[in-house]
Parts: sequence; C-alpha cells; structure tokens
Amino acid sequence: MIIVIAIAGLLMAVGAIGAIWRIIKGPSALDRIIASDVLVATVMCALGAEMAVNRHTDTLPVMLGLALFGIVGSVSVARFLSSRDDT
Amino acid sequence: MSLDLGFGADGFGVRDAITAVLVLLSALMCFAAGVGLVRFPDVLSRLHAATKPQILGLIAIVADVAVTNPSVGTVTLAVAIVFFQGLTAPASAHMAGRAAYRTGHFLSDTLLVDEFARVERPADGPDLDTPGGDSTDAADAPDSTDSTAELGDESDAPADDLEKR
Repeated sequence: MIIVIAIAGLLMAVGAIGAIWRIIKGPSALDRIIASDVLVATVMCALGAEMAVNRHTDTLPVMLGLALFGIVGSVSVARFLSSRDDT
Repeated sequence: MSLDLGFGADGFGVRDAITAVLVLLSALMCFAAGVGLVRFPDVLSRLHAATKPQILGLIAIVADVAVTNPSVGTVTLAVAIVFFQGLTAPASAHMAGRAAYRTGHFLSDTLLVDEFARVERPADGPDLDTPGGDSTDAADAPDSTDSTAELGDESDAPADDLEKR
C-alpha cells in the first residue's frame, strides 16, 4: 500500500508541477486559467486520495465547495477577456 | 455508521485493492493533464488535456471514497460532488474555449473543420480566413500570406465585432 501511495503522490506532484509551470510560463491568460483549473482538480484528487487511503470523510465538504465555486474565477476571467484582450 | 462488507480488516484486502486501483487511475489522470498542459501547442488542445482530472479523475477518487466509507451521507456528498463538477467544468471550459477563439489564441493549422469561421471572425488574431469560404478550405489555408493580404479589410472588423457584442 505504501508503494501505491508513493506512486500516486509522485504522479500527482508531476501533474501539479506541470500545471504550475504552465501558470508561470503561459503565453496568454487563458492558458493560465486553464492551468489553474487543472491545479484545483489535482488538489481535489489529492484530498480524495488522502480520504480514501486513511478511510475518513472529513474533507468531503471541502471537495464539494471546490466543485461548486471553482467555476467563478475561470468564467469571470474568460468572460472579460473575450471583450478585451490585454495579453 | 459504515457498513461492514467483510473486506479485509488487516492486510491487503479487497477494499485496499479497489482503493489502490482507483487512486492510481486518478493520479494517472492528473499526470496526463500536467504533461498535456506542458506539451500541447495551443489553448484548445490544452483545454482537451485539462478535462481529464476534472471529470474522470474526480469520479474515480469520489467513487473510491464512497466505496471505502459506504454510508448514506458519504454517497450523497459523492453524488453531489460529481454532479456539480459535471455541471460547472463544461461551463468554464466552454467560456475559456470561446474566449480563446475570439482572441485568436489557437492554431488554425490544427483544426480539421472550422465551422465558426464563416459566422464570426477572431477580433485581432493572426489568422483571418475569408468569411464566405468553405470550411475545409479555411482549415488548410496558409496563414502568413492571408494575414498580410487581408490587412486592408481588417479595418472594419473591430467595429463590427463591437456591435456584435
């Protein structure tokens, strides 16, 4: 089980580092908001993996809140970017 | 509160095997999204890579939590999480893709069919195709020569776009 946790943590860390690299490097603001959505999804997957491994359900409302309000930032940025392009 | 399904309480039981498979699937989706964000060339293909952990990875991990703690409250929260993520993730992806098309942050070489080109042109993108052209012709038209040749009628495009919005 510890091997599975190590492999999963390594894969999630590489995915999160790729998203952070795209947030830093991204040529436009749309790349950055897509990468931040991926980062939020990776955090949700990590929270759920920790719950599943340790067999508790304490952070399940946190995942519900992230699923509900993760839309706000990306939609507002994309909405105001389509009428004015500053990048 | 959780039901005892007779899984292995110690050692590597069936529940641990389910946990391992689903956690590894979700971690593989996160890894694929990170690699896709780094490797893919433009916004639309990065949007394709970004949807993997948002839907499939989250479904796997939430099903994992619901399997390891099978109670009514856990399953209700799990269904609510998957429902709201499936409701909000396509909406934000749609807004990002539309903004990417309007601001011209995509490579028209990679598009097979550009059906949107005859309806609405990008505001000040590098690739302006002829609006009345065929969609298959618009896909493989050379961009550098077209953008320089059509600089003359680009002048009335922003006013037209401002009226449209």
